[in-house]
Amino acid sequence: MSLDVSQSVAPTTEVGRVPLIKLEGVRKFFPVTQGILFQHKIGNVHAVDGVDLEVYPGETVGLVGETGCGKSTLARVIMRLYDATEGRISFDGRDITHLKGRELREQRRNMQMIFQDPFASLNPRKTVGSIIGEPFKLHKMVAKDRIKPEVQQLMELVGLSPEHYNRFPHEFSGGQRQRIGVARALALRPKLIVCDEPVSALDVSIQAQILNLLEDLQAEFNLTYLFIAHDLAVVKHVSDRVAVMYLGKIVEMAEGATLYKTPKHPYTGALLSAVPIADPDLAAAKKRIILEGDVPSPIDPPSGCRFHPRCPSAQLPRCKDEEPLLLPQHPGQVAACHFPLEDRADILPIGS
Amino acid sequence: MAEPLLEVKDLTVHFPTEDGLVKAVDGISFSLAPGETLGVVGESGSGKSVSFLTVMGLIHSDQAVIEGEVIFQGQDLLKLPAEEMRNIRGARISMIFQDPMTSLHPYYKVGTQISEAVRTHQKVSKKEAHDQAVEMLRKVGIPRPDERAKQYPHEFSGGMRQRAMIAMALSLNPDLLIADEPTTALDVTVQAQILDLIDRLKQEFNAAVVIITHDLGVVAEHCDAIQVMYAGKAVEFGGRRDIYYGSHHPYTWGLLRSIARLDEDSKERLHPIKGLPPSLINVPPGCAFNPRCPYVMDICRTETPALLPSDGHHASACHLSLADKERILKEEVMARS
Repeated sequence: MSLDVSQSVAPTTEVGRVPLIKLEGVRKFFPVTQGILFQHKIGNVHAVDGVDLEVYPGETVGLVGETGCGKSTLARVIMRLYDATEGRISFDGRDITHLKGRELREQRRNMQMIFQDPFASLNPRKTVGSIIGEPFKLHKMVAKDRIKPEVQQLMELVGLSPEHYNRFPHEFSGGQRQRIGVARALALRPKLIVCDEPVSALDVSIQAQILNLLEDLQAEFNLTYLFIAHDLAVVKHVSDRVAVMYLGKIVEMAEGATLYKTPKHPYTGALLSAVPIADPDLAAAKKRIILEGDVPSPIDPPSGCRFHPRCPSAQLPRCKDEEPLLLPQHPGQVAACHFPLEDRADILPIGS
Repeated sequence: MAEPLLEVKDLTVHFPTEDGLVKAVDGISFSLAPGETLGVVGESGSGKSVSFLTVMGLIHSDQAVIEGEVIFQGQDLLKLPAEEMRNIRGARISMIFQDPMTSLHPYYKVGTQISEAVRTHQKVSKKEAHDQAVEMLRKVGIPRPDERAKQYPHEFSGGMRQRAMIAMALSLNPDLLIADEPTTALDVTVQAQILDLIDRLKQEFNAAVVIITHDLGVVAEHCDAIQVMYAGKAVEFGGRRDIYYGSHHPYTWGLLRSIARLDEDSKERLHPIKGLPPSLINVPPGCAFNPRCPYVMDICRTETPALLPSDGHHASACHLSLADKERILKEEVMARS
């Protein structure tokens, strides 16, 4: 997998620019052990298995895939919350794979995370003011007496009332709590924000509020987002480019509109066709690719193309024996498939 | 129309709490014909789950003040003694829940749990009940059902567990299946498999189905009739096309406009509904949606609109005139796509 595909993945306008995040052959394995007293390793969970990815300043890259495909693990590896087993992570041209101690802490100013569950990611015993102000204290970026006005300014920025400075998280609704999480992530003016399923715990009418807020903040502070979600419609809406993951690997990547119009990997096609469309006529016209079964175990992933046991267009023995590489398809689109889908617009009827 | 299978009339469910009366369900009425699929849409706290838990007889009069009628096959379920209700629940009406991990017992084998449901209602031997359980697991598309029946829930994936739940719910061939957010915890590919399965089994068993969900896409693809709920009330009721192409309620418009859609080409901004759903203890006077409604009028703040039919069985609860509704629908709501 050392083939140089990075140029073809990059959006055409970005060639030559330094990516904010660059991943090269990143792997993350978790050991599986057996025995209680004398533990011995019996295998590895191949959570992330060789990912190359570039994220450019100011863009939003979406990451989609089913549960267990490794998208959250990848996010945590980028955040350096997990150490990569193999590979290299660069931030703004600088290798951060093995940063430690103070250097790592300083690096973390530049990248923050927003989590899925606004009920679990806020300390219930702290006031909103101290939750949002915590990064200032940790990084000693702001004088003590300036913290409160700074926090209140942040609260206003994300649409919370600054008078609620002394309230506790339980006094807020789900959507408001997610705003608290956004304010906390924004406190240190990071360059990159990793959003791990930021709206999936929220009601539909509130989801749109948070998505619009994230869009506004991106425009205002020139933020770069890595946006992880399993809701393909949401990912399409927010992302410039979308990467599809399956069992620890990126199987397809393209600009949002291209990916949705001409998916090349059968897995992408199946994912897209499974999304229910809130329009009965279009839904009826949709072509369905039904996937059988579940995602195989990442402890012992299938040989060759990992998708071949579930793939409707798999041709044996090639798909079983030979691992497909991420190869250019349409401009700005790469897919890892021996028998890519033809350009059929009828998988997804596009509303006019 | 044929004799309705289920008819709910003016159902209210109020929970007395220390903070005040929680009006979880506040006067809903609808009917469901045999073989029909009803979608119930609404945000969390709109009363959609509570109303169907009440239909199932799972909310008791010592927990809540329940009024109205729930007529199922000619009987008012709310007046039935607990013993008789137990005979109906599971056998003639059954329910599947959002989280299949917490609805299966972790200590018992999946096959045992399904055959227990069978043996509760039918006089059959353990062997026969077990065979029936295996047969049901096969029908819901679980490979190697005889081996799978001997496994515990933790050995099943999320989608498989939900299939097992459906197998259990359908093992007694119920006339009504209530699915409360059946696919919310699942991936889209598995969601599609499960919804197809429900559709197919509905045909096979000729059951009526209620799908409770917040996902307007799921409803568009699988339901015949749709009820939109807000703050304990039904604000709109109609056929699938009525709701998606001819909705007459600002809340439904808000829902339709606020979702990101896969079939849209543009990167247009979403139109969220402003504000938050109200507290059910302190529901705004008049129309409960009035503080969030962009078309609010004076009357909305004082008088509660009734759910009035406009044509056929399409009904909406809104004070706007029909002409205004049609105009807004045409110029603002449908203009989006």
